[in-house]
Amino acid sequence: MNILYFLIGTSVIMALLFLAAFFWALKNGQHDDVYTPAVRMLFEDDKPEEEKPEGKE
Amino acid sequence: MISYRSIMTTSDTSVQTCCFHCGDNIVTEPLIADDKLFCCAGCKGVYQILAQNNLCSYYNYNSSPGEKKGHTEQHLEYLNDPGIFSKLVDYSDTKRTLITFYIPAIHCSSCLWLLEHLHKINSAVAHSRVDFLKKQVEITFDHNELPLKNLVEILISIGYEPLISLQDIVKDKSNLVNRDLILKIAVSGFCMGNVMLFSFPEYLGLSALEHQFQTLFGWLNLAFASVATFYCSRDFFVSAWGSLKNKVINLDTPLALIVAVLFIRSAYEIISGAGPGFSDTLIGLVFLLLMGRWVKQRTYNHISFNRDYRSYFPVAVTLLNEERVEVPVPINDLEIGARILVRNNEIVPADSILMKGEGCFDFSFVTGESQPQSKVLGEIIYAGGRQIGEAIEMEVVKPVSQSYLTRLWNNEAFKRSDQSKIKNFNDTIAQYFSVAVIAIALVSAGFWWYMGDTGKGWDAFSSVLIVACPCVLALSTPLTLSTVLGIFDRNDFYLKNTDVVEQLARIDTVVFDKTGTISCPETNNLTFSGELTLFEESLVSSVARNSSHPLSRQITKWLDGKDYLKADSYIEIPGKGISASFDPHEVLMGSRSFVSPESLSFSNASTVHVRIDGQYKGYFKINQKWRTSLKGLIVSLKVHYRLHVISGDHSDEKKDLMEVFPEYVPMLFNQSPQDKLEYVKRLQVDQNVVMMLGDGLNDAGALRQSDLGVAVTDNINNFTPGSDAILKGNAMGKMPQFISQARSAVLIIKCSFIIATIYNLIGVYFAVQGRLYPLTAAILMPMSTITIIILTNLANRYFAKKYKLR
Repeated sequence: MNILYFLIGTSVIMALLFLAAFFWALKNGQHDDVYTPAVRMLFEDDKPEEEKPEGKE
Repeated sequence: MISYRSIMTTSDTSVQTCCFHCGDNIVTEPLIADDKLFCCAGCKGVYQILAQNNLCSYYNYNSSPGEKKGHTEQHLEYLNDPGIFSKLVDYSDTKRTLITFYIPAIHCSSCLWLLEHLHKINSAVAHSRVDFLKKQVEITFDHNELPLKNLVEILISIGYEPLISLQDIVKDKSNLVNRDLILKIAVSGFCMGNVMLFSFPEYLGLSALEHQFQTLFGWLNLAFASVATFYCSRDFFVSAWGSLKNKVINLDTPLALIVAVLFIRSAYEIISGAGPGFSDTLIGLVFLLLMGRWVKQRTYNHISFNRDYRSYFPVAVTLLNEERVEVPVPINDLEIGARILVRNNEIVPADSILMKGEGCFDFSFVTGESQPQSKVLGEIIYAGGRQIGEAIEMEVVKPVSQSYLTRLWNNEAFKRSDQSKIKNFNDTIAQYFSVAVIAIALVSAGFWWYMGDTGKGWDAFSSVLIVACPCVLALSTPLTLSTVLGIFDRNDFYLKNTDVVEQLARIDTVVFDKTGTISCPETNNLTFSGELTLFEESLVSSVARNSSHPLSRQITKWLDGKDYLKADSYIEIPGKGISASFDPHEVLMGSRSFVSPESLSFSNASTVHVRIDGQYKGYFKINQKWRTSLKGLIVSLKVHYRLHVISGDHSDEKKDLMEVFPEYVPMLFNQSPQDKLEYVKRLQVDQNVVMMLGDGLNDAGALRQSDLGVAVTDNINNFTPGSDAILKGNAMGKMPQFISQARSAVLIIKCSFIIATIYNLIGVYFAVQGRLYPLTAAILMPMSTITIIILTNLANRYFAKKYKLR
């Protein structure tokens, strides 16, 4: 059962890593706007052939 | 032609035709481009710009996503001024500039898509990013290729006019406070998860094998608990200490006490090896409390309550230099003696003398007078007046910082400390609660000591403090009130913070301002007493059309669509009226003394008399139009609340007001801003809880003095004086429902307090006997919390439905 000491240590360190990742994300401003990205991802990608009909103007 | 006809036939069969761009019904002949119908040139113009730049996907994401454009002339030269430029941008180097605009028109995903594809319209835009909820767009562009002015013009041309005001220059940093709280929540959440894990074996009962881990788990828990105590709950200790220094007890006082007791007892148990401690309860408590704080702090970003007089002023003014060339100048650089140009609809930025042109100023926002005032050359015009009519030249006599408007705003009498506000329910109850809990703890400890069981006495003392936690109060109040805030928000009633809801529930007196608050500022009601033939109407309309006087403009608008006849001679005498001749007819329009000097003089500023060919025809009277919901509002309010009307305007419309208000309602006219403040103060001395509804700067003092100041506005992006709440004009009729909802919310909080007390009593039953096990505490606390969250949520929804609020 001594393996538990190792496992507990690992789990705490991993959790600390996740916490650090959250800190980084927060400092980076990723939580400043939590609404817009959800809408943005639904847009169609810009198609390259959109350039074509320019002669029509 | 064929396609045109086919469109016409389809539009005939459908009941109404809608504009492809803005979705409004097309009343007149539709404009057509690419087989699509448009209501006006503005909408068509925007479509054509988008079509040229291959941006028609804009119309795919939503049907008719555009908004109608106003036909306002823009003078944006000031944006090229280096001083203003550097204040507006976030960052700028030799090649790139980063700027954030606030754009009120952002409302749907199409807006988002279009604004993020600005680079297709102009390649100098490198990048643009929208924050939808804040209605902001952050644009990176090359200012060498595309000056700021042109960028703003592009935005205006596609219907997204940014709001640029002096206030935007001062960017607020309110977001940082919130970040700190989120960090604390994250840390406490992290601690809670781990502590739960390590406490689990304890809940299930330890087998012999697991006993070797007990010490390890205990110390790990203690480590996490210290983080939670010393980092996460720092604010509670600071706040509790602050209030104790002021010899008051607020809600944070018992909370800080409990956190401290929990920590000390857990540390003692773990270090001495006496037991597992209460680390899980401690961290769970801290986490929930922080969540409560977050809910309370979560504000609605799209409204700013921190606007001051600066946002009412333009960013720049047009200066005339020695060579009489127009130069844009930042408003703060305006010096005494400067010659400035004020165009139609612009605001006089500083106290100045009228030097050239015909001045007619709308002071309704500053003084409450509903009718524009004509000023003659050489007169001093106070800052804040809005010029109506032609462009005028003025000479500045006082710098902006010492102008009438600025001094009015900075007046000491208008400043109020927040302490005069009534204490909220939480802080009141916290006092009794703390005293009661400490009393029970002492009594039970005393009992056990008396019985000779010192260990149990200490046990009971700390257990009572732990279990009788007012955390439900700290959680249910912000939850309930912020739900109400959200409901109000959807109904166009925006509160500054959650305390305002409680304030609203206490109201028993409502004071109304007149101009702009209960009257519509834009639409006036014109009536003509007398009779005019169709031909005479076109005569009057033709005369009025030549004049820039606001009353003439309203008459032109009222007589819209009449034939225009060209006058042979036209003389306008400022302050009196107009005489014009259309061979062989002669028309006189203007004040009573000018039109028919022989008659009795009853002077009324808002009448225009008409005389055609020497014969008196009658007069136009301008009545202010009351808000449509006003009548219903007064009917329902007058039953439960004392009503008052105070106005800075003259008493001409008292009669009209009497039709709406019951006759016993006190009405005061010609009130200065200071008078209004004093009046509210007197009402408060008489034990009334006053809600003041006002709109302009002249109400600012009264709004701040009142227990609840509500600024009424038609455009929430407009400047409103300092207030606790902002109400959109069209939501005014819902006021009684808002008050009822607020009262229900307070009721809900009281109910949740009773429920929490029942849970606490169960806990105290175990605690006084010194039999509180960590598991009991760990179960009781989340139980009561969950009950409260469910209750407040359901109850709030029920009441919102009952009061027909969205």
